[in-house]
Amino acid sequence: MIRAVIVINTQGKPRLAKFYEFQPVEKQQELIRSVYGVLSSRAENVSNFLDAESIFGPDTRLVYKHFATLYFVFVFDSSENELAMLDLIQVFVETLDKCFKNVCELDVVLNYSKLHTVLDEIIFGGQVLETSSTEVLKAVEEISKCLFCPSPSFCLNILFEGGLYTCSCLDWND
Amino acid sequence: MAGFSVMDTLFQRTLDDLIKGLRLQLIGESAFLSKALDEIRREAKSTDPDTKSAALLKLTYLSSLHFHDMSFAAFHVVELLSSTRFSHKKIAYHAASHSFDDSTPVLVLITNQLRKDLTSTNEFEVSLALECLSRIATVDLARDLTPEIFTLLASSKVLVRKKAVGVVLRVFDKYPDSVRVCFKRLVENLDSSDSQVVSVAVGVFCELALRDPRSYLPLAPEFYKILVDSKNNWVLIKVLKIFAKLVPLEPRLAKRVVEPVCEHIRRTGAKSLLFECIRTVVSSLSDYEHAVKLAVVKIREMLVDDDSNLKYLGLQALSVVAPKHLWAVLENKEVVIKSLSDVDPNIKLESLRLVMAMVSESNVAEISRVLVNYALKSDPEFCNLILGSILSTCCRNVYEIIMDFDWYVSLLGEMSRIPHCQKGEEIEKQLIDIGMRVKDVRPELVRVSRDLLIDPALLGNPFLHRILSAAAWLSGEYVEFSVNPFELMEALLQPRTSLLPPFIKAIYIQSAFKVLIFCLNSYLLRRGNAASSSYSDQLVPDVPGLFSEQDSVGCSDLASCDAPVEAKLDEGFNPRDLNQSFGGLSVEYGGEETSTCGQASASASFKDSFTHESITNLLNRVELAVVPLTRSYDVEIVERARNVLCFIELIKPQTPDCLVQKEESSDTEEAEASKIIKLMHDAFSNDLGPISVSSQERVSVPDGLVLVENLEDLETICGDVQLPSLNSFSHGSSHFEEMAGVSIPIFQSKEEPGPSNESTSLLAEHRKQHGLYYLPSEKKDGDYPPANDPQLQANSNDDEDLAKLTEQLLVSKKKPNHTKPRPVVVKLDGDQVPIAAGPHSQEDLLSGTVRDVLLGSETKPTTRSSTKRKGKEKLNVDSTTESKENLGDVEKQDQGNSSTRKSKPNTHSKGRRHRSPGKKGDEGEENCQKAKPKSSGRHKARQRADAPLNVVSQTPVIPDFLL
Repeated sequence: MIRAVIVINTQGKPRLAKFYEFQPVEKQQELIRSVYGVLSSRAENVSNFLDAESIFGPDTRLVYKHFATLYFVFVFDSSENELAMLDLIQVFVETLDKCFKNVCELDVVLNYSKLHTVLDEIIFGGQVLETSSTEVLKAVEEISKCLFCPSPSFCLNILFEGGLYTCSCLDWND
Repeated sequence: MAGFSVMDTLFQRTLDDLIKGLRLQLIGESAFLSKALDEIRREAKSTDPDTKSAALLKLTYLSSLHFHDMSFAAFHVVELLSSTRFSHKKIAYHAASHSFDDSTPVLVLITNQLRKDLTSTNEFEVSLALECLSRIATVDLARDLTPEIFTLLASSKVLVRKKAVGVVLRVFDKYPDSVRVCFKRLVENLDSSDSQVVSVAVGVFCELALRDPRSYLPLAPEFYKILVDSKNNWVLIKVLKIFAKLVPLEPRLAKRVVEPVCEHIRRTGAKSLLFECIRTVVSSLSDYEHAVKLAVVKIREMLVDDDSNLKYLGLQALSVVAPKHLWAVLENKEVVIKSLSDVDPNIKLESLRLVMAMVSESNVAEISRVLVNYALKSDPEFCNLILGSILSTCCRNVYEIIMDFDWYVSLLGEMSRIPHCQKGEEIEKQLIDIGMRVKDVRPELVRVSRDLLIDPALLGNPFLHRILSAAAWLSGEYVEFSVNPFELMEALLQPRTSLLPPFIKAIYIQSAFKVLIFCLNSYLLRRGNAASSSYSDQLVPDVPGLFSEQDSVGCSDLASCDAPVEAKLDEGFNPRDLNQSFGGLSVEYGGEETSTCGQASASASFKDSFTHESITNLLNRVELAVVPLTRSYDVEIVERARNVLCFIELIKPQTPDCLVQKEESSDTEEAEASKIIKLMHDAFSNDLGPISVSSQERVSVPDGLVLVENLEDLETICGDVQLPSLNSFSHGSSHFEEMAGVSIPIFQSKEEPGPSNESTSLLAEHRKQHGLYYLPSEKKDGDYPPANDPQLQANSNDDEDLAKLTEQLLVSKKKPNHTKPRPVVVKLDGDQVPIAAGPHSQEDLLSGTVRDVLLGSETKPTTRSSTKRKGKEKLNVDSTTESKENLGDVEKQDQGNSSTRKSKPNTHSKGRRHRSPGKKGDEGEENCQKAKPKSSGRHKARQRADAPLNVVSQTPVIPDFLL
């Protein structure tokens, strides 16, 4: 199964972290730090594998892909295929790309919930659920519709949150 | 909440605001975060679900990406779960699956909510609940919600069904009894028309089968069908993984599977599938020559691919195939060796592993040469990896693959000089080990040691200190093979040795002592023989006990062939600063050496150099160098330095004149000096052998000694006092008593903590207090000898005497303390013992536990266990029934063989007598049907054992089995 999905930027800031086996937050932080420590020391154009056993314990493997300012890291065990996991990272990134039209780090930063929604449609409890980005997108859109189903208090919220309050935010457009 | 106004709700920060605020960092991150957390704490208590949900979303965000604890909000999460709004539910479920674990107390409160959502008409709500369940399900949740999941497994909505299939894994894991309810539907999903559902189902079976393959053998035909029919690479990969586990259990299955797998290899364009096929072939189908050949062809394609991922995986596959088909590696030898210099550390590492796999007796020298060259060029980290793997490969099984120890020893010397070498400890260990085990290589060892010792530059590298200590010890211990002991003495006493840590310095002094004794003894011998004017060979027989016959032959042989080398090295040595600093001796003897080395035998030449003058110089020289050491702060050094000085004082009054004059006159005084020298020499001349690792285990526990299993409280006892290590008690004591007043902790503390009066009393008090951990006082000294395990003493020679004890007292701690001379490589049965013993006890333990669990579950098959632990064991029970029964039977039949191989069907009935006597139980029933009427499955029982074989041809087996 897949043990964890981690997205870190090149400065080591976590942008997404999902552990499919419960880990206390301190442990999560430590794991992510160690992963980043190894990742940052790796040259470009080398293989996408990392020795994960020293970080995550026995029978773990790790693949990562580096896109622009982000590392996408999947940790898994021997019941997954390494190359398939690389493909799955690709699927995830492609889906995000379609979701956000040319995804960049900022999209990932600002869309915490959506990111998780997308990921949950691809990986379910550590199992690969769906590998086609169109299917994933379809499901995500359905869920979004559900989220925005009309309800009086919700509309009010939209009005205030989306309009009034956010006007004061300086970097709304960056 | 009374204090919660509309304004708070209106102007609540959303997650977006939080993120943006964090990015702006107007007041610094930590200040901002703590402010935000305060807000969240307040908002989470709000009665308004919108406020609450926004707060929880923010909190989950902070917990997930800024690692703040959010357990305090667990109850608020539960509150929000019951909201009717989907957006609230989503946030709540997200928070729950992120932050809940088995120990979260409020988990018991969500069962009903989950049940409600699982039966909801909104498929997305159902998926939310399933998603959450897949991560946080506990034993209780799994038990209580099994019926709902059973229903969902047949849901008409694909989205729901595939998630229900996925959640089954966690549910089985937590609550094994659910297998009886859900297994059948799970299997049905393998046949689903929807490829996504099949994919997830196969994934679940893959996970299950990896844990306990045997239970899933009966499903082989289903998997086979998928293997042949499916076009989905994801599914195929998973099925291949399942077969990789099943095939080793059922050889007949291999025959079936091998063709389709090869077909996939030939046909597929997907690298991931190709690699999985290759992996399956090399790991599980390696008996099928043609399949392996095909796989190796593909591996080679991967190896030469530009993509470093493929190259890496190709190398990995090669290392899997290596043990059985070494030819595959040898065929790709060039690529593998070239990969050693790849830029990618993964690839380098993998190719190193492969290179080591290729090593054999015939090519070890060649490969080591190549590797050492690579090590010289590599970065420090990889260099040490290379060295480490050479060392570990060569010493495997007591140097099994080493034929030429002279070569290996010089390789060790060479490795020590590699600039990045940090393997000092390992090299030290091996040098000494070889010295003790392999008699014939000692002359070469001494030569290598000399080269290391004599180079003052090496003393500056702390990583080499351990090697130098081995070299010092070896040259002291085997000084009789030395070509020039004077030179050795120079090396051992050179001023730069002050750079060594004290415990190594102590070894240097001890070795110098041995060299000194040897020189004096040789001098005496030579003088004794001067009258008969015979040199070299005649020396030996006159001195029984100095050299055995064999030794002397070996010694002079080697010395003679080494003579030219020696001369050369000497020249190289002369210009060094060492020589300048204590010119006298070396120049003198160096000169003599070069002049004589052309003669027939070098052994004669160095015997020649034991003149009166040289001996006197030597004594002076040693005294000069050792005296300052008696003021050292380290007791080990002081101790040894004093040993040397006392000895010199003892013989010195007699030496200067007597040794010369007595040549003609009376022997009385001389006799005394030479007697001492002889005595000391005899003490050192006993051979030391390796000690069996298991020897301590063979020491019988003395009567009245109570060994406590749990030594935890020892820590508190040792809080103030240094822990006396129990096994090195006895011998040191008498020495250290002399060193009154010195209570500095010793580097390698092996003596009692307090030698001084004060500390002795402390010690006594401590002993009184914690008498439990002390050996009975009267036994303290008598205790050690048994440690030289009786068994070994039996076959070792008759060297159980005072001399040995003396030697034990005087030699450095590193030496094992019993002799065991044997011609080639000394092996002790103990060397293998731990390896053999480990797995055995492990297996017994395992089967024991398994049996316990089996008994428990068989008597009460439907017990609803509520603790997690028990639940886990029970999973085993259900899914491994077959193998367990087998184990149980094996025990009954007293075969004592705990192999997990399946035995014949007739053994199956025994395990379940209580169910339907006389009827052959059916594992399928065990697995999935326990809850159903059992009449259905029985007539197929006899086919179960060979189901995998028949499956393909006899399809009816399966439906019956699953009914």
